[in-house]
Amino acid sequence: MNEKDWPLWEVFIRSKQGLDHKHAGSLHAADARMAIENARDVYTRRMEGVSIWVVESKYVHASNPDEASSFYDPANDKVYRHPTFYKLPEELKNM
Amino acid sequence: MTELEFQKIFDDKISREIRIEPRDWMPEAYRKTLIRQISQHAHSEIVGMLPEGNWITRAPTLRRKATLIAKVQDEAGHGLYLYSAAETLGITRDEMISQLHSGKAKYSSIFNYPTLTWADIGAIGWLVDGAAIMNQVPLCRASYGPYARAMVRICKEESFHQRQGFEILLTLSRGSEIQKRICQDAINRWWWPSVMMFGPSDDHSPNSQQTMHWKIKRFSNDELRQKFIDVCAEQVKILGMVLPDPLLRWNEERKHYDFGPINWEEFKQVIAGNGPCNRERMTARVQAHEDGAWVREAAMAYADKKKKKQEKNVA
Repeated sequence: MNEKDWPLWEVFIRSKQGLDHKHAGSLHAADARMAIENARDVYTRRMEGVSIWVVESKYVHASNPDEASSFYDPANDKVYRHPTFYKLPEELKNM
Repeated sequence: MTELEFQKIFDDKISREIRIEPRDWMPEAYRKTLIRQISQHAHSEIVGMLPEGNWITRAPTLRRKATLIAKVQDEAGHGLYLYSAAETLGITRDEMISQLHSGKAKYSSIFNYPTLTWADIGAIGWLVDGAAIMNQVPLCRASYGPYARAMVRICKEESFHQRQGFEILLTLSRGSEIQKRICQDAINRWWWPSVMMFGPSDDHSPNSQQTMHWKIKRFSNDELRQKFIDVCAEQVKILGMVLPDPLLRWNEERKHYDFGPINWEEFKQVIAGNGPCNRERMTARVQAHEDGAWVREAAMAYADKKKKKQEKNVA
């Protein structure tokens, strides 16, 4: 096992005020603990009280962008998912 | 889908300002030019740690030391964001580092100059980071997603760098005779190399036209350089110092500062490896990489050992 085998990890960070983890970037590390420590050093120099997730890149499964239109096609023409599809009187409050 | 159809989708995304992402089809030339630009940008950040790292042990106060360490730490981080962005295009970290060490890949010419006094640290923050910011803000809208996102992160962190530098020069400019002298001297030595950071005039810049067509680059070298000069010509007045250009003069018709001729021969020489510190920079980088080999190997061996132990426990 040589140095060339440091795997690639994707880094997700939720800031102190945040609601969800956001993808921050990637880095190489020998194991999960090093990945988290490196993620702290590289991606959180200006943040406190954050939550860091690291995942080896090979375990991230992604949709294929080339199939974008056919993959998401059904969603585009179902306009009834959007609030503006429903016509309601203006006097109606809190909806 | 045929290559022609992929090309059409790509061109359409570019014209509609939709980001190109790592798994999208892209012309081979687009991929190559991005690998070159992003990796060289990354190398510049890492090599850029050296001239400033030089003064960490000799910073005049604890506050100056702490802020300089933070700045150099940021530069390391910036290099890492950019290496990661470049890797999404299919090049490995090892290849990029080899290219830097062999001289195949370039880095910004500015980092081949020496930091001779503490005032140089101020000049670098004000002028070099200033020029970098001017270049980097438009890159936040570069067509390649990972590059643009890395640039947004970098720009957020860069502004303290410039303020730190200017504050150093301001302090010196209000100090003793010697402090005022080293302040002006540093400005004299860093001005023209900073102006050269924007690269040759676009008709002499081989890559500009293509990178502008692909919306990697948004403004020409000359446009950015003019903006930089206009801004610095005003800022230098606050320091009570002068820029070392006898031909620097406000032009009321152009609404810009006219400036003197740039010594492109010096730029060519520095890029070719004949600047004052090229060899020193490369020696330092190669040595750091070689000295760190045992750490990389040990980390991997340890991770391996732990993994095997875990597997044994589960079995």
